[in-house]
Amino acid sequence: MADPLVSIRDLRVAFHGLPALRGIDLDVAPGEAVGLVGESGCGKSVTWLAALGLLPRTAAVSGSVRLEGQELLAAAPSVLDRVRGGRIAMIFQDPASALNPVKRVGVQVAEALRLHRGMEGATAEAEVLRLFDQVGIPDAKRRIHIYPHEMSGGQNQRVMIAMALAGQPELLVADEPTTALDATIQAQILDLLRRLQQETGMALVLISHDLGVVAEMCRRVCVMYAGRIVEEAPSGELFAHPRHPYTQGLLAALPDMVGPRRRLEAIPGGVPEPWNMPPGCAFAPRCGHATPACDAGMPGFVPVGPHHQAACVHVQPATVPA
Amino acid sequence: MLRFVALRVGRALLTIALVVTFAFVVLRLSGDPALMIMSPDAPPEALAAFRQAWGLDEPIWLQYLKYFTAILQGELGQSFRDGRPALELVAERIPATLQLTLPALALKVGLGVPAGIYAALHRNSAIDRAVMTFAVTGFTVPSFVLGLVLVLVFAVQLGWLPSGGQESWRSVILPVISMGLGGAGILARFTRSAMLEVLGQPYIRTASAKGVPWGQVVRGHALPNAAIPTVTIVGFMVGTLLAGAVVVESVFSWPGVGRLMVVAVSNRDLAVVQCILLLVSATMVTSNLIVDLLYGVLDPRLRGTAPAGGGH
Repeated sequence: MADPLVSIRDLRVAFHGLPALRGIDLDVAPGEAVGLVGESGCGKSVTWLAALGLLPRTAAVSGSVRLEGQELLAAAPSVLDRVRGGRIAMIFQDPASALNPVKRVGVQVAEALRLHRGMEGATAEAEVLRLFDQVGIPDAKRRIHIYPHEMSGGQNQRVMIAMALAGQPELLVADEPTTALDATIQAQILDLLRRLQQETGMALVLISHDLGVVAEMCRRVCVMYAGRIVEEAPSGELFAHPRHPYTQGLLAALPDMVGPRRRLEAIPGGVPEPWNMPPGCAFAPRCGHATPACDAGMPGFVPVGPHHQAACVHVQPATVPA
Repeated sequence: MLRFVALRVGRALLTIALVVTFAFVVLRLSGDPALMIMSPDAPPEALAAFRQAWGLDEPIWLQYLKYFTAILQGELGQSFRDGRPALELVAERIPATLQLTLPALALKVGLGVPAGIYAALHRNSAIDRAVMTFAVTGFTVPSFVLGLVLVLVFAVQLGWLPSGGQESWRSVILPVISMGLGGAGILARFTRSAMLEVLGQPYIRTASAKGVPWGQVVRGHALPNAAIPTVTIVGFMVGTLLAGAVVVESVFSWPGVGRLMVVAVSNRDLAVVQCILLLVSATMVTSNLIVDLLYGVLDPRLRGTAPAGGGH
């Protein structure tokens, strides 16, 4: 991989002493699209909120998050304010509540232009119009003057995307950007994100619990479970040869598009509570292949193919071609 | 919008009419003004003459009808005691009351709102806990108890400030503090919880995520949203500008509307009491109306078809 844009090492987060992230290592290359997949509560969002210093003060964060070598975790607020929105932008799940209800949407986008590109007045307004146009908001001249509650969820998410683009970021973190939207709107927003990523060359981290969405949008996928990444692979490879039992379980729970109909398989049990983590592999209590070896310690990553690794004591390492 | 305003004004007028009616009925049924004014030993003929002179011998419904039509013509009746127009008696007391209640309101808002904001921004800190302890103490101690304590300390013991009367600007200090501290405590609590509620909203995280410095997030994004519930309480306090000083005026022998009301009630000086109640309910209702209209200014979601106040 080329020099990473963002490099996360051993990122750990705990809330009131209970672990939410238990050591995340993740690199994002410039212009790359990475998917983060996992059940709710597995730490996908927390990873990026922690990286940008957006967690409440009650969260204990440790480890390292570097943006082109610059450490973000201990950075001064003034440094973080320039990074947030300017170099790394983030959009959220529920666009209706993510926009300030008492401010006009145009003003909210213009605020990012003022902060990161020094634009004011007519220049800023012209740029807001251009951004609205770019994210496909029709009738932008009128829409910039209305309030979030006067728009649909999909339009609000487009406003959020316009706001994120305003700072010309090198990385856009999209945290479940379509979960709160209708299926047809979902597809439109995903198309928009893909198009914008190609147009601007920014990197994209797509956080989703939907494997299908991630596979379609991202070259590389990281599967998270209980605060750790358990498998990482190019998306085609992940779907063809899932190696971690949790990933296999996730794929078995998806309906096939081709082939005979089969009964979908659910993964038995639930995610372990943070105060009741198994001593070793967190997935062991739900895993069909679990043996006493699984409880011996947290399994490390085993390379199982080109750019493919899984954190399971039962996978056989493969010799990775250079 | 026009229909909304007309509806609210109509409701306001109805509220005032109900207060006036209620006051009328209760006052007429709770004692005979003739006995109070003339003393119970007065000869029966004198009492009868008094009742006849003021129309108190007529059936109550007729009295009420006359009273109500008079109000509609702007005629609020005369005091039983000296025959002066009740409105004039009350109006000359209003400046004295406002001399206490306006500075007290300024103290409530000027102390309570910043304290609440600060406490919310430093949640669970020592200062937050100190502010909240102070706030709870402030509004659980009745204003007359606080007033008496203040008099004891600053007037009797230290002799720094006068214990009552209306002599100089120094006379204002103790009554204003006794009235203002409790309200400041209430406002601090409301402002704090409104701020905490807003600070937990996703749009605050969005603002931070787009690189807005924290100070600007607080001023530009949190405060305008937290103002909406806070305005309700301030509006209520504005509504009590005329009537809020009854107890404190008595403690500090302050010649305001509150004192006048206490005296008028014990004398069954009906016209004066009713006049005060009318003015008090009018201020209360007006400030509520202004708050309702302010909601629309502060919160764009409440403009247009669904007016504030839950569409009454």
